[in-house]
Amino acid sequence: MAETPSGGPAGDPQGERLPPMQLLLDNPFLLLFIGVAVPAVLYTIWGVMEVAQIPVAQ
Amino acid sequence: MANAAAFRVCPETGLKVCHHAEILIKANAVVAVVFLAIGGLFGLLVALTRWPAVHILPADLFYLALTAHGADVLLFWIIFFEIAVLYFASAVLLNSRLAAPKWAWFAFALMLVGALMANVAVLQGESSVMFTSYVPMKAAPHFYLGLIVFAVGALIACFVFFGTLVIARQERTYEGSIPLVTFGAVTAAVIAVYTIASGAIILIPTFLWSVGIIPHLDSIMYKVVWWGMGHSSQQINVSAHVAVWYAIAAMVLGAKPLSEKVSRTAFLLYIAFLQLASAHHLLVDPGISSSWKVFNTSYAIYLAVLGSMIHGMSVPGAIEAAQRRRGLTQGAFDWLRRAPWGNPAFSGMVLSVIMFGFLGGISGVVLGTEQLNLIMHNTLYVPGHFHATVVAGTTLAFMAITYLVVPLIFRKEIMFPGMARWQPYLFGLGAMGISFFMMGAGTLGVSRRHWDMTFADAVLKFEYPPAAFLMMGLNGISALLATLGGIMFIVIVVGSVFFGKPRDEAAIKRNPVIGPSGGAAVSQYGGEATFNLPGTTILVAVFFVSFVLYYFINWKYLSEVWPLR
Ligand code: HEM
Ligand SMILES: [Cu+2]
Repeated sequence: MAETPSGGPAGDPQGERLPPMQLLLDNPFLLLFIGVAVPAVLYTIWGVMEVAQIPVAQ
Repeated sequence: MANAAAFRVCPETGLKVCHHAEILIKANAVVAVVFLAIGGLFGLLVALTRWPAVHILPADLFYLALTAHGADVLLFWIIFFEIAVLYFASAVLLNSRLAAPKWAWFAFALMLVGALMANVAVLQGESSVMFTSYVPMKAAPHFYLGLIVFAVGALIACFVFFGTLVIARQERTYEGSIPLVTFGAVTAAVIAVYTIASGAIILIPTFLWSVGIIPHLDSIMYKVVWWGMGHSSQQINVSAHVAVWYAIAAMVLGAKPLSEKVSRTAFLLYIAFLQLASAHHLLVDPGISSSWKVFNTSYAIYLAVLGSMIHGMSVPGAIEAAQRRRGLTQGAFDWLRRAPWGNPAFSGMVLSVIMFGFLGGISGVVLGTEQLNLIMHNTLYVPGHFHATVVAGTTLAFMAITYLVVPLIFRKEIMFPGMARWQPYLFGLGAMGISFFMMGAGTLGVSRRHWDMTFADAVLKFEYPPAAFLMMGLNGISALLATLGGIMFIVIVVGSVFFGKPRDEAAIKRNPVIGPSGGAAVSQYGGEATFNLPGTTILVAVFFVSFVLYYFINWKYLSEVWPLR
């Protein structure tokens, strides 16, 4: 059951459909989007909003 | 000259090596090693100061040395080396030309200027803010500016990497999907982009504040955004050194990953979740909700920890599979006993896997648990933990692959091969010692970043238990050992690169560094087709038992801090 690549890098000449997971893993810019968006929302934006809501001392 | 790329064909791996990529790898690696040498010596001074019987530096110089140590090793050594890894994993492994070599040189120049600027600022003595530079402590403006310039350079280098991926795909220099090592490098580069963006968002205002343009910065706001950089950059290291583990196993033993899909999914877990762990640096800060803390450090991060466990099993598994394929099938561990333990690339990699997992990984999960964190927050347990990850893990892995980079990219014979055999063991033992003893001292409450653990001139007296002093002495001795291993590394690398014998055909025959089908294993998609791995299964079981035991021991410690009666 050796794994072999099932599609060419730039699309695939036979028009064979690639599994969605492989399309994701083969697309560095989609990965870049995920890797920036997820922490930006869950860590940075959520965290900054919480800090911003702390009342300022008089 | 923009597109005219010159190539040579590597006689050992059969890969096409782009001339630009090759010199840029050399330049980045050499500068990295210089910063390791400088930063390592500062580390020794810090450790000797924290050894109560030696206590070598006065207080002000201690904090200066601590700042220089953190910046030179954690930022400059590691990131310069990582850029070399990115160029190797893109241009070389994909048989491609490097995108925009001029931009790559510009990136290199910016990084170098930035790193020098920050070093000058620290050595002038007005910037002993440690590498976290928490506001309202204020450093000289050129300290922040140096870091910003360095970061811009590193960001450009990341885009040269992405550009090279695009070129390689367009010019069809490889077939199918990119190799796993390149995928690991993609992971590192993705995390680097988020890291550097966070750095820019926080360091630019901090710079403006240091020159008086912005009147005030909120200290918690600073910490939230700063750790988006400070912690995530450790995750660049993890991704990069895991890629290096796979690369060494492939090149030395011809080991292919057990399953491409599983290993890639593990990297995907890193991409999506690893950076969230930044929140563990704010576990005791007021004003931020437990939901944010617990979500980011527990629920989500355990997915990333899962990724690490997959790699931790997959790397030894790949080695075992390759060795068994070669006929070392006796018993559970014959493959391990008869591995090339005298090859520093291999031994360094294995030590890195073991210490990263057992020391760094387990202590990291413990520290990242909100409740358990309370018993060691800001103690020496923290530097103990991260010396296991970034020194025993990343630094040792990078040292190990240097033993392949010197013959393959610099095309020089390794000088002092006898010393090279021992270097990873010595450095590894020292790194293990500093990690282990700092964790020990931290468990006894000794604080990190503290010049005098005897509190000699304090108004309110306090005494640590004598065992803590013993730990710091043992830490000092381990630091000497690690420094010795570090100096050996520098001597071997500098000696080989600048004075070594060129690696001609005779040398390649006499002393091959690439194992059978190693060139193909590292540069092509495809996994080992077996899960018959009794040795690895036993090792993984040992790991889990240690993990669970240690985790529960710490809950027991916690229960003793506030006894419930
Ligand atoms: C010869 C090897 C090394 C020795 C003896 C050493 C020793 C130490 C010691 C004793 C501390 C201070 C702990 C404290 O007082 O809080 C420290 C801090 C630190 N070390 Fe190392 N270290 C070494 C190598 C490294 C390497 C290779 C890295 C990174 C790749 C590293 C990263 C750091 C960082 C980031 C800090 C924290 C600085 C801060 O608190 O601002 N060290 N090291
Ligand atoms: Cu962290």
